[in-house]
Amino acid sequence: MATVEVTFTPLPAHVRTARLVATAVARRSGVDEALLDEVRLAVGEACSRAVEAHQRHCPAEPVRIEMTDQDERFVVTVSDHAPTATGRQAAPAESSDSAGHDRMGSDGGSAIPAGFGLAVISGLADDVRVLSTSSGVSVQMSWPSTAVTS
Amino acid sequence: MDLKLGHYNKDGIEVVDVEGEIDVYTAPRLRELLIDLVNKNNYQLVVNMEKVEFLDSTGLGVLVGGLKRVRAHDGSLDLVCTQERILKIFRITGLTKVFGIHDTVDEAIAAKKSEK
Repeated sequence: MATVEVTFTPLPAHVRTARLVATAVARRSGVDEALLDEVRLAVGEACSRAVEAHQRHCPAEPVRIEMTDQDERFVVTVSDHAPTATGRQAAPAESSDSAGHDRMGSDGGSAIPAGFGLAVISGLADDVRVLSTSSGVSVQMSWPSTAVTS
Repeated sequence: MDLKLGHYNKDGIEVVDVEGEIDVYTAPRLRELLIDLVNKNNYQLVVNMEKVEFLDSTGLGVLVGGLKRVRAHDGSLDLVCTQERILKIFRITGLTKVFGIHDTVDEAIAAKKSEK
């Protein structure tokens, strides 16, 4: 089982790095080339979400992303430590942080609702699980990969 | 450079050329440009996405925000995009129904003129 873990300071500038690492590991794990754009986009969305949550609640805490080969699937888990109002299993379309902040909405003309990123992720990965606890949210996504024989 | 922006006027329509990646880090610059253009009374906008290599929901939010701003002045914001990898996120989110999406800048401009 191959595992790569990356932790990064919750800054928007590092989201691209996380995307590129995840795409590279996905390729090595045998994820089909045609799916790599989806991996890049979904991981980027999850990391952007986590970064924004940390900037609001715990800017000194790093965001963690784990990438694993597991039973012919490439599994990515993005975890944040931003506390949520309730700890509950949240469906992607329902998830929102406690403040209900909209992304890029500081001028009052917010364009997209909270939880939109998770909705995008659900459209990209065929298996998405969101676990929301009082201590943070983990978004786990997976794609099929060919088994690597070593 | 992650994101390169430029704009020019053609036939009374402001065309914004975007090159590179639009994500949570770079999207604020595009947002500022769109706000600036609207503040300078440019309400007919075409955003050329043909050289965009990556677009996420933050970028979508900026485009939707731009659309809302110009519509407040009875204007419009259309897109130029033929890249399937970029069109995919518009499809997933249903925003293909919200934005006029054209194959070329000239087509986008012609469509705007025929609406008048």
